Amino acid sequence: MADVAHASSNAPAPKPAPHVKDNAIIRFENITKRFDKVVAVDTVNLEIKEGEFFALLGPSGCGKTTLLRMLAGFETPTEGRILIDGKDVAALPPNKRPVNMVFQSYAVFPHMKVSDNVAYGLKMDGVAAPEIKTRVSEALELVKLGGFGDRMPDQLSGGQRQRVALARALVKRPRVLLLDEPLSALDAKLRDQMRSELTSLQEKVGITFIMVTHDQDEALAIATRCAVMNRGVLAQVATPADLYEFPNSRFVADFVGSVNMFEGVLEKDEPNEAHVRCPELAATVYLDHGVTGARGSTVWVALRPEKIEMHKRPAGSSAMKMEDAPQGANVVAGVIRDIVYLGSETNYEVELEGGRRVKTFRSNLTRYDQEDFTWDEPVWLAWHACSPAVLLS
Amino acid sequence: MTTLSQRRARRERPGPLEYTKRWPLRVIVLATLAFLYLPLITLMVFSFNTSRRNVVWQGFTTDWYVKAFNNESLLQAFVNSLTIAFLCTIISVILGALAAVMLWRFRFPGKTAVEGSMALPIVVPEICLGVAMLVFFARVLPWPMGLPWPLNLGAITIAHVSFSFPFVSTVVRARLASFNRELEEAAKDLGASEWRTFWDVLVPHMQPGLIAGALLAFTLSLDDFVITFFTAGPDTITFPVKVYSMLRFSVTPEVNAASTVLILVTVVLTAVGLQMQNRTEADKAKA
Amino acid sequence: MEQTWRQAKAAFAAISIPPIAWLLLFFIVPMAVIWAYSFGENTGPVTIDFTGTFSNYMRAAEPLYLEIFWKSVLVAGLTTILCLLVGFPVALAIAFASPRMKAWLLLLIMLPFWTNLLIRTYALIAVLREQGYVNFTLEWLWSNASGLMTLVGLQPLGEFEPLTLLYNNTAVVIGLVYVHLPFMVLPLYSALDRMDRSLMEASLDLGAGHMRTIMQVVVPLAAPGIASGILITFIPALGAYLTPDLLGGTDSQMIANVIERQFKRANDWPFGAALSFMLMYLTFIAIAVQALVQRRSERRR
Repeated sequence: MADVAHASSNAPAPKPAPHVKDNAIIRFENITKRFDKVVAVDTVNLEIKEGEFFALLGPSGCGKTTLLRMLAGFETPTEGRILIDGKDVAALPPNKRPVNMVFQSYAVFPHMKVSDNVAYGLKMDGVAAPEIKTRVSEALELVKLGGFGDRMPDQLSGGQRQRVALARALVKRPRVLLLDEPLSALDAKLRDQMRSELTSLQEKVGITFIMVTHDQDEALAIATRCAVMNRGVLAQVATPADLYEFPNSRFVADFVGSVNMFEGVLEKDEPNEAHVRCPELAATVYLDHGVTGARGSTVWVALRPEKIEMHKRPAGSSAMKMEDAPQGANVVAGVIRDIVYLGSETNYEVELEGGRRVKTFRSNLTRYDQEDFTWDEPVWLAWHACSPAVLLS
Repeated sequence: MTTLSQRRARRERPGPLEYTKRWPLRVIVLATLAFLYLPLITLMVFSFNTSRRNVVWQGFTTDWYVKAFNNESLLQAFVNSLTIAFLCTIISVILGALAAVMLWRFRFPGKTAVEGSMALPIVVPEICLGVAMLVFFARVLPWPMGLPWPLNLGAITIAHVSFSFPFVSTVVRARLASFNRELEEAAKDLGASEWRTFWDVLVPHMQPGLIAGALLAFTLSLDDFVITFFTAGPDTITFPVKVYSMLRFSVTPEVNAASTVLILVTVVLTAVGLQMQNRTEADKAKA
Repeated sequence: MEQTWRQAKAAFAAISIPPIAWLLLFFIVPMAVIWAYSFGENTGPVTIDFTGTFSNYMRAAEPLYLEIFWKSVLVAGLTTILCLLVGFPVALAIAFASPRMKAWLLLLIMLPFWTNLLIRTYALIAVLREQGYVNFTLEWLWSNASGLMTLVGLQPLGEFEPLTLLYNNTAVVIGLVYVHLPFMVLPLYSALDRMDRSLMEASLDLGAGHMRTIMQVVVPLAAPGIASGILITFIPALGAYLTPDLLGGTDSQMIANVIERQFKRANDWPFGAALSFMLMYLTFIAIAVQALVQRRSERRR
């Protein structure tokens, strides 16, 4: 049972990204943006490589949209430089930048036909009429809107309007495509479909995509690399898997996915093992790797709910032991207080002896759960020595 | 280094849509404001000028104000204007509110016609309404001469109400559009009668609209020259009509002084009205 | 939503009778009387017979009066165009100002609107007349320029001739623009303020410059606002009485001045009534045109 639960933890495999090249197409150098006295973006340094599908992830008001808008030219950085293909774009107005944007509201011109919307940017560039025609129909074909050219935007659904916005931006063959919360206005079903379409579209056209989103699921599912922002500062830049499994701070651990966080004291830190004593857990957290922190310092242990195993605790049974941890470590006793059945999995809340509640998820592997956990049942919670992430900030 | 970056921060390039920060637009806005205000400001400044000629600044004096206040007929006209505006505001707000509730609330035969005629006084040129009122009060309903004040102002007040209350109705109706009818149903569900519901739920909701409408009716009445010009008799002169006749003869700083007073009265009343409106709207927002 | 009047007859009566009665008695009746007069004839100094004649309208169609109508339309049209040219950038600047700045600018545009029309016209007279400040400023510049020219050894300029800025058609147009500018700015502002900013950003993002963005995106989308701005500037300008009367010369009579003369001086009420109904029809035509434009732009959306 223990092994099954472990295997079900959904560590995503790193996505293959064959078309990512080595050159940095975008560079933010010490970018700061202040609105009056409010700092929206604070000394951001970031490099995005050609061919990446990059996500800027963060809660609302974290500065991610401001960063994107500075790249598009709608906001001017207070300090710092933005380089596109190595060239400083400070002096370039939005209409002269080699980037195009898909707006959150799509911003499809309501007074123009679909084909005129898509042709607009090409007309502005002075492309010859016959070429415009072929490129527009190619672009509409690309977003599966072939034959919709003569419709007016109000005759389209939200999803179709978004495709128009995509076609309109892609038809200009920009160096970088910017997407501002591309999926937020779609309903759940459409969103799932659009996710995979965006990924395949990006692979097909080979253009660098930069997406802003507040939805961590979306970022993990689509992006090849993510930057998590918090209060104008870059918290972590990593692949989706690394963000989830190796968060560098409490903020990232908490923002990306669900997590149990325990404050503790680092008692032992050696290359091959570390011990953290967490008062709330009434147990020592044992790790099979070292932590680079000072002994005796306060640290936080982040434990994902799906990485916690739950075992029956019959009355009078002796304390459980994990095979990869010393006796008394990585196992705690508690009582089930809440059960939420979600179909594919069930979420449990277990109350420890000190009163602290811990979340754990179990996949519903069979239609009838033989273990049949129920309310107020005493249980053991256990995890492997490699599962917890120790955070220094 | 810090000073350099600070200076650069201060001279930040405006964003592409910050049109207000672009100098051609700034020049146009400033020029427009100058065009709108310079004449008024000169008028006000020269109401304090010692010289009789409105031309060269010769020294500060308040003589013209004293003179204007001692000018019996000017003062009478001023009082008349304010009285008419006051009466017109009260009647217009009542009629306008009733009309707004009627059009918002009820479905009845001929509603389109009523709605259309209600909009007519707003669009009909002043001069047409003015001559219509002249004929009406000369032939159909002759307003008796020599009535005691303020009854002698009746004809002008009626004319003013006729073009003011449709404006009030429009403003109040716009406000009513945001009314949540469930509130009314809730009040009735809790046992309030039709009448209590009207007073306890609908009128409080209309309040900002009523204040805005009152403000509009007051200024419309105070501002009106053309319609008054056709309805005023020799003993019912309003301030604009008086100024008009003074202008025909000469332009003296006395007129400047009287105008300055009227401008200040309107500005203060507008400020008070806007303040009241903001306050009730802020209260509503808090609630 | 709405309830029929039958459901609450007493309430309906209490609410509807006062405004409808007022409108009927003090608006519809006076208008109807004027309308009847327009088909009447003067039979004595104070008596008018309703003969059903069209002679008043025939007279109004004489070249002399048609010319005045045409001129009124031209002056009002010119005023509207000038207001639009000045008002659009001003409205744009207000719509895109910071919230604080926006409130102040709006107040500054509104304030003259609350100020008495006659006082504003009077103020304009004080500025524009030969002894006014525009001429003083020009004279000062003139004499300085003249002094400068003598300094560099040229002939000084001649005596300064004050410009006649008053009592002509130009003065009437300036005066009408002065009075009606707020009428234009406010609807333009509210149309621009309501507009989705991301549409303009999208246009810029796709490579259009500011002028092209304004012409191809902003103007078509703000068309209903522009149309109503044009209408509420054009209508009062067309029927303006005070401005041409005070600022105009002998040849700047507009239609309202002619109407006034029929009632107050010439004492030809039937003819004046006919003229004033023709002015009303012109107004209604303008409104109908605007409604048509509005409907078309709405259908397009």
